[in-house]
Formats: sequence, C-alpha cells, structure tokens
Amino acid sequence: MLTVAMTTYAANEIVVYTARNEQLIKPLFDAYTKETGTSIKFLTDKEGALLQKLKAEGANTPADMLITVDAGNLWQATKLGLLQPVQSKTLLDNVPAHLRDPANQWFGLSVRARTIIYNKDKVKPDALSTYEDLGNPKWKGRLCLRTSKSVYNQSLVAMMIQEYGEPKTEQIIKSWVANLATPPISDDARAMAAVAAGQCDITVVNTYYFGGLMKKKPNLPLAIFWPNQDTKDSGVHVNISGAGITRHAKHQAEAVKFLEWLSSEKAQNLFADVNMEFPVNLKVKPDATVAAWGEFKQNPLNVVKAGELQTAAVKLMDRAKYK
Amino acid sequence: MQQLPISTAKAPIVGAFIFKFRLPSGWVLAALLIAMLTLVPVVVVLSSLLTPEREIWTHLVEYQLPQLLTNTFWLVLGVGLGVAILGVSLAWLTAVCEFPGRKQFSWALLLPLAIPAYVTAFVAIGLLDFTGPVQTLAREWWGPIEFPSIRSRGGVIAVMTLALYPYVYLIARNAFLTQGKHALEVAQSLGLSPAVGFFRVALPMARPWIVGGMMLALMETLADFGTVAVFNYDTFTTAIYKAWFSLFSLQAASQLASLLIVFVLVVLLAEQQTRTRMHYTQTGKHSVQARIFLTGAQAWLATGFCLVVLALGFIIPITQLLLWASEVVEQDLDVRYLDFFWHSLALAALAALLSGAVALLLSYSARQHPGLLLRMTARIATIGYALPGAVLAVGVFIPVAWLDNRFVAAGWVQSPLLQGSLMVMLLAYLVRFLAVAHSPIESQMHRITRSVDEAARSLGVSGVSLIARVHLPILRGGLLTAAALVFVDVMKEMPITLMTRPFGWDTLAVRVFEMTSGGEWNRAALPAVALVLAGLAPVVVLTKYRSK
Repeated sequence: MLTVAMTTYAANEIVVYTARNEQLIKPLFDAYTKETGTSIKFLTDKEGALLQKLKAEGANTPADMLITVDAGNLWQATKLGLLQPVQSKTLLDNVPAHLRDPANQWFGLSVRARTIIYNKDKVKPDALSTYEDLGNPKWKGRLCLRTSKSVYNQSLVAMMIQEYGEPKTEQIIKSWVANLATPPISDDARAMAAVAAGQCDITVVNTYYFGGLMKKKPNLPLAIFWPNQDTKDSGVHVNISGAGITRHAKHQAEAVKFLEWLSSEKAQNLFADVNMEFPVNLKVKPDATVAAWGEFKQNPLNVVKAGELQTAAVKLMDRAKYK
Repeated sequence: MQQLPISTAKAPIVGAFIFKFRLPSGWVLAALLIAMLTLVPVVVVLSSLLTPEREIWTHLVEYQLPQLLTNTFWLVLGVGLGVAILGVSLAWLTAVCEFPGRKQFSWALLLPLAIPAYVTAFVAIGLLDFTGPVQTLAREWWGPIEFPSIRSRGGVIAVMTLALYPYVYLIARNAFLTQGKHALEVAQSLGLSPAVGFFRVALPMARPWIVGGMMLALMETLADFGTVAVFNYDTFTTAIYKAWFSLFSLQAASQLASLLIVFVLVVLLAEQQTRTRMHYTQTGKHSVQARIFLTGAQAWLATGFCLVVLALGFIIPITQLLLWASEVVEQDLDVRYLDFFWHSLALAALAALLSGAVALLLSYSARQHPGLLLRMTARIATIGYALPGAVLAVGVFIPVAWLDNRFVAAGWVQSPLLQGSLMVMLLAYLVRFLAVAHSPIESQMHRITRSVDEAARSLGVSGVSLIARVHLPILRGGLLTAAALVFVDVMKEMPITLMTRPFGWDTLAVRVFEMTSGGEWNRAALPAVALVLAGLAPVVVLTKYRSK
C-alpha cells in the first residue's frame, strides 16, 4: 500500500509550505528550478495556520518543507512533532550553532537583526548603549515602540529573560513603557516614521525595514545604532528566517538537497539580499547596502530560547502593561 | 417508570409516537442537514471547552480580560449605533426622498463595502496620525499643536462604522423601497408629518431589516482582527489570536472563540424572540412612489451628508490606494493579475450562488414550518460568521483532513482528495457567509404573508409554480442583496482562502495578504484597488435591477 501511495507523488518536485511572502521566497525557488530542474510547488499562509494545517494533515501532508520566520515558530513546529532531524555536514558547516535547532530539526537561513534606530538631529550616538538603557529616565517621552504583539518584540524580550531572569526583565520593560512618547505602534515602518517626524527620538526595529524606508526616502534623519556591543555574552538581538523538513516528507532527499543549497554561498546572497537581511553563512558577505550599516556582534545565545521563553515573555509584557 | 405488561403497553406507545412525531418533511430535513454541515467546524472549535487551559486562562483573566471586555463592549456599542444611524438615515434618504445626486448616491454609498475594513484603517492612520500629511501640514503652518489621536477608541469606531454601515444601508433600503408608500400615506392623511411618520410608521415596519443588517455588522465587528490590530485596540478577538499565535495554545484560543459564539447565539435568539409576535404585511407592491421632494437647505443638507459619508468611507481611501498603487503599478502589475482576478471572481460568484441558494432553502423551510425548532436551526447554521476567520478556517480544515486521512487509511484513495479542492473551499465560505446571505432573504420572507398564498391559490396557482411565479419575484430584491453581499465578502476574505485554497489558486485577497504581512502597504494597494474594481460588479447589477 505504502509503495503504491508513494508513486502518486511526482519525482523531481518539492512541496513547500511557507510563511515567508511569495515575493521574498519565489526568486529562490525559481533559481533552484533553473539550476536543477526540480520544480517547487508552494503555499503561503500565516505561521500559526500553516502549523495547524500540517498537524491536521498528519502523515498524508503533501508538504516536504516548512519555511518560516522567527525561531519561535520553528521551535513550536518541533514541539508539535511536525519536523524531522536532518543529518547533513553541509548544513552544520554553513549554519552557525546558535542559529539552528540543537536537535537539527531546523536551520536558520537568514539573520534578522533587531536594533535601535535614532533621529540623527536629536540624538548623539554616544548617548546610546543597550536595549536596557532605553528605560533610562533620560529617554522619558522620547521612545517609540512597536506593539508587544509583534513576534520580533516577543523574542527580544524572551532573550532578555534568558540573560537577566524574569524579575529584572520585567523592571526593564516597565521602564520602557514609562518612557513611551505615544502608545505602541502597529508596525516597524510607522515606528520609524514617528522618529523621523519628531514624535519621538528612538525606536527598535528590524534592520531590513530601515533599509526599505531609506531606499525610498534617503533624506530622512535616521541612523542605525548597534546596542549591547560592550556587554559580555550579549550583543545585537538576532532572529532568523529558517526551514525544516516535515516529518512525513514525501520527497525527503530532494528537500534536504534544496535546504543545503539554500545555505550555500550561491543561494545565501540571493536569500539575504531580496529582503536586505544578513546571510547565516559566515563565508558570505552581506549585500552592499547592508554591509554599509557596519559590523556588529550578534547575541551568541541560541535563538531556540526565543521559542522556549516566548510564552513567558508575552505574559511578562502583559504584566508590565506593554500593550 | 412503571413497568407495564408488555402485551398491552406496546401498541399504544407506538401509536402515540407516530401521532406525536410525524415524519419530518423534506423542508425540515434539508434545514437540519444544512445546519449540521455548517455546525461541524463550530463543534470542532467548541470541543476545546472539554479540556480547559488553566494556566493561560488565569493569566488572561488577571491581566487582560477586564480591559478587553470593556474595549469590546464600547466597540460593539459604538459601531452598532454608528451603522444603525448611518445605514438607516442614508437608506431613508435615497429610498424615499428626492434631492440632488440621489440617484448616484443610491449606488455609490454601497462602495465602502468593497474596501476591506483594515485597509480603511491603515489609510485613516496613515493620513491622520502624527506622521501623516494632515498633522504634518498643520505643524508646518501653525507650529506644534495637539490633535486628538486617531489611534483611539473613537478612531476604531469611526473606521469600522464607515466600513460596515453598507450592510444596514443595503438591507434597510430594500425594506424602505418595498414597504410601499401606503403606510406612510395613511400616516400623512392622519396628519403626521413626514418626520413623525418616519419614526412612528416606517422605522418600526423596517425593524427586522435594520436589525438584520446591524447583526451582520456586529458579528463582523466581533470577529474582526485586522482593523483592531492596525489600531492596536485590544478586543476579545485580540485575546483569541494572542492565545493561539503568542502563547501557542490553539486550545485556549478555541475556548475563547467558543465563548464568543455562545454569546452571539444568545443575543441572536433573544432578538428573534422579540420578533415572533410581530406580523408584517405587504402593503401594495412597489408602487412607483412619489418621493418626498426635499428643497432648499434640506436638499443641500441631504446631499452634503451623503457626500461626506461617501468621501470618508470611499473616495479618500480609494484615492490614497490609487496613489500608492500608481507607485508600484509598473513593477508589480503583470500577467499573473489575470489569474488573481479570475480566481477571485470565480470563487466569489460560486460562493454567492451557493450561499444564496442554501439561505433561501433555510429561510423557506422556516416559513413552511414556523416554530422554535427551525428558528433555532437557522440561527445555529449561520453562527459561523461570528467566529474570527482564522479560527473558523482551522475548524473547517481539521475535519476535512481527518476525513481525507480516513479515506487514505481505508485504501479508497492514494492521496488526500478533499483538502485543497474547490469544493471544500466553497463549503468553508458557506459556513462563514451563510449569515450574510440569510439575513436579507429572511427579512424579505416576511413579505410573503399567508394571504399572499391564499390569494394565489384561489387563482389556481400552487406548488412549484406558486414559488416560481409569486414567491421568487417578491424575494428577488433580498436574493440579489444576499448574493451581492456574499460576493463582496468572499472577495475580501483571507484566512479561509489562505488555508483551504488549492496550490496555485491565489486570489487578490491572498496578494493583499502577501504584501501587507511584509509591511508593504503601497504594494498591497495594487491588489486592493483591483479588489475594489471587481467588487463594483455586484453593485452595478444591484443598481440596474433597482432602477428598473
């Protein structure tokens, strides 16, 4: 029966479920198809919905690979038993240890850095230092933040819990809330717009949003600051977009090959450049625009903590009245 | 229970059974079947109540629910009042009065329906927030000044009212148009002024229509996530999404959603109970009515009012969308848009037909068999609309995938058959939008009184020909309204489309999702504009029919 069932799935085809938008992921699929002749069928949806879809489909899922953003979502996929471990020396070589699942069920493919953006006309960069320092009274009425519903902020806070423990993190988040110039804003782009318009002086965003905005409006008085560079065992908070092979993949070998290709130097440029993210593969230089933002030290903690501590982070932000 | 000698007991009991429970008629069976089908996803969601998630509940109750419930209460109250006032007044003006621009306004006022509410929300914030052009210009001219914040309770209520009033407008207008002038004329002959006549006669007579429209708007409000997320205004739905996406518990999310459905069901049934004693009669078929001619200041006030609503609800948002779209049209508009367009239209049209037919059946059986059973059935069958779309999508998908897996396990098929098929997609739309189709048809059903049937029968018309020649013409306005509303709603729908579409069946709404989820609002504007254009089709059909 099993062998009969297998034959119904076309060879030379991979099926991908992806929470990355089509415009960010399709160029990769096209490039791979062109190079290898393997065609890629894909379906986009929100992360939570894709996980439930995979779970409901069980052993009969057509999906071979899950591509999504945020380590928390990938961690959740492993918890639901939706992925399988992959033994691949290529992947271990190409993806640094802190950007992949300790049990090799998923691998980071691009790095997204969440950092501080400030108004050049109003803030001297040497006044800035760490994420924690955004709660310093000197920033009272000068801070803008995206809402706590953003998974990016949730994982930032999760990583802070790992570093400082809950009580201290809660204090820090409360001090942020006390400094807010305006109620939390629904997206990164608007938070930067508020800084540029003078509603506040600093905010925290993912760098590719900064890149996107500056491309359209190069004259905005905004600049990047890399926090937590002098702190031991810390650094800029990074998250990933990443992928894993589904537990019931029908084209497992092909999917692993594709995953390895995505981490290769050839694909990494393309992968990171489409959205101005950073490559995970250290042998690959970032895109020129991105490189111009300067080098920085990443937080070396394994991003899997963002998943494990996300629930704690969300609850903590509720307690701190960070909306 | 007392033991009876078998020989004597059996026959009378069976006899009583047959006497009491006659075989249900085809109508009742059909209605029950529909309800069972649409109830499956709801039951999947409700089943979560069996295993409570204590830890998450404790947290939500302590830190979130009081604020969420307060916010939800004010939102429902505000939007309810807002859509009633806008919808009824505009419907009355365009149906019964005559003033400059009335003819154009009568269809144009439907247009806000074609723009997804969260798009209007984003435009409103884009224009009116601190960083928007309005405040920026004001600062340039007059220096730093304080504006009331658009990101506030009032802001959300205003935006949702503007996006949702067309439900009330369309359904109430239908009522005013078909109400016949007689009742009003009688009122006037008794010396009541038009204004008093409106409040004492026309408004009470149009009540089921108005309430039906309001219920749709409020169910949509309760289920909304996108609009409140843009405003960061936390409602009950926010908690549902938070439990699922942030606290990783679909279980807790479903439990919250269950409470929402139970609440809506209670409200719906209570509302319906107050209606059962009312009777509606047909007071003459749409006589070509002499409208009330507004003159002078009154006429210009009416024109101005319609224009302001239209500007806020449609002209300004669409202008902003067009500006954004024009920036990206060269790079983004390609041949794939033909597919998006075609997929959207096909799905919307099929779903409109299906929902219209099923709603008609449901509402017809309730008429044939008046009573609590079928009233309840209709309510339960249409409750899917109150569920947040993403939760409903999961509720639909879980049983479908389960069936598929059973089929594969049984060896009937080699790979999943149902999931990713258009049939399941349409079924999911039916579950979500049956309420939208049902409300206008059911209100119109009140027009077919017993005396209509009796009169027809006395002329020798009965059975199928009674339905075709007498009932359907009376219901036509309601049917068209139903189809148009479902059509536009399916065009805009995202979570169900995303989760149940076959590979490659991307629609305009999917495209909007792709762009907005990446924060690219100007690129999302292009599919949004296309969506509005496609949504114009049913509006044109409605207008054509009405102007006959």
